[in-house]
Amino acid sequence: MASAHSRMKCGEFRTTYQQDTTIFPTPLARRVAVLSVIFLLVAPSFLNPYFLNLGIQIGYYGVAALGLNIVVGFTGQISLGHAAFFGFGAFASAWLNNTTGIPVFFCIPLAGAMTMALGLIVGIPAGRIKGLYLAIATLASQYILEDFFSRADWFTGGAYGAMANPFSIFGFEFNNDQRYFYVVLFYVVIMFLFGTNLLRSRDGRAFVAVRDHYLSAEIMGINLTKYRILSFGISSFYAGVGGALFGHYLGFVSAEGFTIMLSIQFLGMVIIGGLGSVMGSLMGTAFMVLLPELMEAGVGLVGHSAPGLTHALAYIKEMSIGLAIILFLIFEPDGLSHRWRMIKAYWKLYPFSY
Amino acid sequence: MNYELLTQLLVNGVIVGTLYGVVAMCFVLIYKSTQIVNFAQGEFLLIGAWTCWALLVKFELPFYVGFPITLAFMVVFGIVLQMVVLRPMIGEPIISVIMVTIGLSMFFQSLMSWMFGGYAKSFPQVFETESMNILGLQVQTAYIMSLVSSVVIMIAFYYFFKYSKMGLAMRATAFDQQVAQSLGISVKRVFAASWAISALVSAMAGVVVGMVNGVSSALSFFGIKVFPVVILGGLDSIIGAIVGGLIIGVLENLAEFFDSQWLHLGNMYTIAPFYALVIILMIKPYGLFGTKDIERI
Repeated sequence: MASAHSRMKCGEFRTTYQQDTTIFPTPLARRVAVLSVIFLLVAPSFLNPYFLNLGIQIGYYGVAALGLNIVVGFTGQISLGHAAFFGFGAFASAWLNNTTGIPVFFCIPLAGAMTMALGLIVGIPAGRIKGLYLAIATLASQYILEDFFSRADWFTGGAYGAMANPFSIFGFEFNNDQRYFYVVLFYVVIMFLFGTNLLRSRDGRAFVAVRDHYLSAEIMGINLTKYRILSFGISSFYAGVGGALFGHYLGFVSAEGFTIMLSIQFLGMVIIGGLGSVMGSLMGTAFMVLLPELMEAGVGLVGHSAPGLTHALAYIKEMSIGLAIILFLIFEPDGLSHRWRMIKAYWKLYPFSY
Repeated sequence: MNYELLTQLLVNGVIVGTLYGVVAMCFVLIYKSTQIVNFAQGEFLLIGAWTCWALLVKFELPFYVGFPITLAFMVVFGIVLQMVVLRPMIGEPIISVIMVTIGLSMFFQSLMSWMFGGYAKSFPQVFETESMNILGLQVQTAYIMSLVSSVVIMIAFYYFFKYSKMGLAMRATAFDQQVAQSLGISVKRVFAASWAISALVSAMAGVVVGMVNGVSSALSFFGIKVFPVVILGGLDSIIGAIVGGLIIGVLENLAEFFDSQWLHLGNMYTIAPFYALVIILMIKPYGLFGTKDIERI
């Protein structure tokens, strides 16, 4: 955690605990947040479909990445199986909607709850083991769930995949990018507000205590097993909702999409954005979604002179993701959110920054 | 019951198991001396196998020239990797270390696919006979070679750690870095050496597997299979790596056998070790031979 001082103006001091636990650190930050939501509300009317698609991707991946940040960044556990939960959410929502006929509107949170139940079960080892051992246990759960997706025909459609109906309210279908953007935006706002609020609550502080020094936390009366498993559960809820949004956006869910590679990308989002930062999750997701697009644009620019690059685009995208993770960990281990705080602090004290 | 199939699978299990053991040994070597969990172990196999393949096929070198060049290249590669990427990670939290090696794995896997294509390519013929007949079982010559070379590597490891100066320095560093340093051991050199040895031995394993199955990105899955092995054996035990390798190798072939005879679920060969992994973690997280962490405040 960065110290609180770097975020403050030199003339702004907090004198009560209430001031220290506001959702937004400064009134300016609140206004910027409200304005950017308003901007995004009108954005679909003038943004072209390409950018809308990117925005929607950032939205659903961002929700899942925030979930991973809760378990990795706040509770200090390691999960290498987040993509499997993301996939489970997508399948669960499609399955609920297709078999029981529950409207998609309710299916998305229900899928989140189902994924949460699964996460609580998978999280049981987290009560006993930690660190590296937990990383390996979650890696195993990733492969086991992947295997489950490919063989559970009744749930996922097996090799054929599952159809997911579009999102609709009272017969009004959110079946194109412009309409679906609002659905994703709604969930992003709700889930990020919930995430920020979680950290202001007793449970959120318990998570951070478990991360910072689990023995001290236990001595102070925090039930380690309970909070470790709970953080897995909450994280899976986020992953499930993100996955459900993903499924109903694409309209088709196939088991091949939720491999270890996606899990690594989620971890990359969280690390690049900044461990333990709510807004960092969104920044990291934006980075991770935009990086391959930038690579594609870059290869497109030089593609005439080097046609070999165009064929290797898929590999270049993967390599750039791997390289970005390595470079960030070596040069900026605190992520984009830390860099952003530094920039803000610099301008706050601009001419006299000493 | 099909006894012939069962014995064939058991023999396969032992042979693949020794290979797992060798790769797991390399993994344990790095973990023991540098406290780094290497998720890119499978890529070492991949890079070694592709380098050897390129030397043999593209440059048309004979095997006894190409193979030593591959090994020399891997030593340099291991040292450079350690110096450039892993050294800044000393003292960082475990999640960062894990993620760096995962990033490396992703990077090299796609780099290799880019350079050599995504399809399996077969090695040129190194041995004259394809397979040998041992006690009525058909066993491929390369498998026999892999078994022999694995055992040789294991014995070499044993003598290296028991008697050589560098081996002793590594054991001392694994025991306590500060004490080792104060006794005049260059911890930096120990780290570099352990990465170099690990890369070298993994590349040998990679070449052996490449000869049998052809070289493809599937080789890097060995790096994932290594986790059930080391968890079963204990993360910091060389003996455990060998025993664990054998057990997991036999286990996955037995799972294959039961699946083909009775269960018919499919894919058990790949997935059974992970179920075993979860069960071991629940019952005995420090494995058969691993040392239990004792934490003091």
